[in-house]
Amino acid sequence: MEPSQQRPPVVRLRGAVALLGRFPALSGVDLDVDAGEIVLVRGPNGAGKTSLLRACAGLLRVTSGTAEVLGCDLVADPGSVRPMVGLLAHATHLYDDLDAVENVRFRARAAVGGARPAGLDAEVRAALDRVGFPTRLHDVAVQRCSTGQRRRVSLAAMIVRRPRLWLLDEPHAGLDAAGRDLLDGLLVEAAAAGATVLFASHELDRAEAVAHRSVTLVGGAVHDEAST
Amino acid sequence: MSALREVLAAAALVAGKDLRIEARSRVATNHVLPFVAVVVMLFAFALDTEATTLRRAAGGLFWVTVVFAAVLVVQRGAQLEQQDGAGEALRLSGLRPAGVFLGKGAALFVELMVVEVVLAVAMVVLYDLRLGGVVLLVVTAVVATAAIAAAGAIYGPLVAGLSGRETVLPLLLLPVLAPVLLAASRAFEVALGRGVGSGWPWVGMLGMLCGIYVVLGALTSGPLLDET
Repeated sequence: MEPSQQRPPVVRLRGAVALLGRFPALSGVDLDVDAGEIVLVRGPNGAGKTSLLRACAGLLRVTSGTAEVLGCDLVADPGSVRPMVGLLAHATHLYDDLDAVENVRFRARAAVGGARPAGLDAEVRAALDRVGFPTRLHDVAVQRCSTGQRRRVSLAAMIVRRPRLWLLDEPHAGLDAAGRDLLDGLLVEAAAAGATVLFASHELDRAEAVAHRSVTLVGGAVHDEAST
Repeated sequence: MSALREVLAAAALVAGKDLRIEARSRVATNHVLPFVAVVVMLFAFALDTEATTLRRAAGGLFWVTVVFAAVLVVQRGAQLEQQDGAGEALRLSGLRPAGVFLGKGAALFVELMVVEVVLAVAMVVLYDLRLGGVVLLVVTAVVATAAIAAAGAIYGPLVAGLSGRETVLPLLLLPVLAPVLLAASRAFEVALGRGVGSGWPWVGMLGMLCGIYVVLGALTSGPLLDET
């Protein structure tokens, strides 16, 4: 699906500033991302890629400028957007002592306020299958899984929430070649289904093949934008 | 779902998750219970100049031991959310913060009750205690433990992200628990036939303290969750 030109942008930042302590991690970002777009965020280490993703997730407060994500004003109430976004971060966000099914089920139930919808277990196992997580490991504590396997569980825990905005920080890290191909396919599928994808990556060849366009951050601000 | 149902559903989900993790990791069994056993024996070595000394001080010794054990249990409960960014996922989940607070508190309550049952058995055997007012003992234990758990669910997340949290937590938590220690010890003394007057006013005081901690925790649960 082509990015929508009719609806308001999913992400709309104007002069967005966010601080890590006293350090301006974002120093005036201007960015629009439309529904259904896949946007690659590139830039050198320390450019503000992770901070941009965390700000869009409502985890890093935007202290000045304007920031609207999925219609939520992140300056006034950063928490309001959190239930609608999925974040695949450097950390896996998993509980070591729980197995893959329990971790994903917890996140799925949390996404619906703690309720236990019918067919939940089947949905959880389907999500794990979809990310290529081996069935024989479904009931093994994730602390015994490899880095790549944990990454897949983390991805399953994200997609089972059905986020409208996917935020992924170095999503290919830790995955084998098959896992990377699978991830790229998931991003394209998500965008085709109407979700918006904003991801940071240093693997430019692979990432540019998936993204509709890229933005380059330097020093906490958008340096340039380009179609891919 | 109504707001109250959402809070209760979130509480049940979080409490279930924490208790499942504790059942798997057995930190309470392998670390806290041996600690409690050692403390009970140390008190016996220190005070057993005459058998009546231990019996006279049993109420206070019980609650001092519970409070020290509570510091360990609270620390562990807060650490769970530090595992690989798990707390960040909790913030993103969209669960009602008051529900997360109540869930963490409920899990602490259950874990502390298990510790108290083992401690009570150990003290009855080692100190040759005769239990008098069982109803007063049980009600005091339940209400005091709820107060300790509520205070722990406030202070645990508050210090979780701090360096030196192992020393900061007791410094913050123990003064807050001092009135609980006082009231619970006096009520136990009465129940064990060592105190004067009725024990129920002390239970009333415990109920009031518990109410204050629960209301305070629920009101501050949003910022608390952001500290997780």
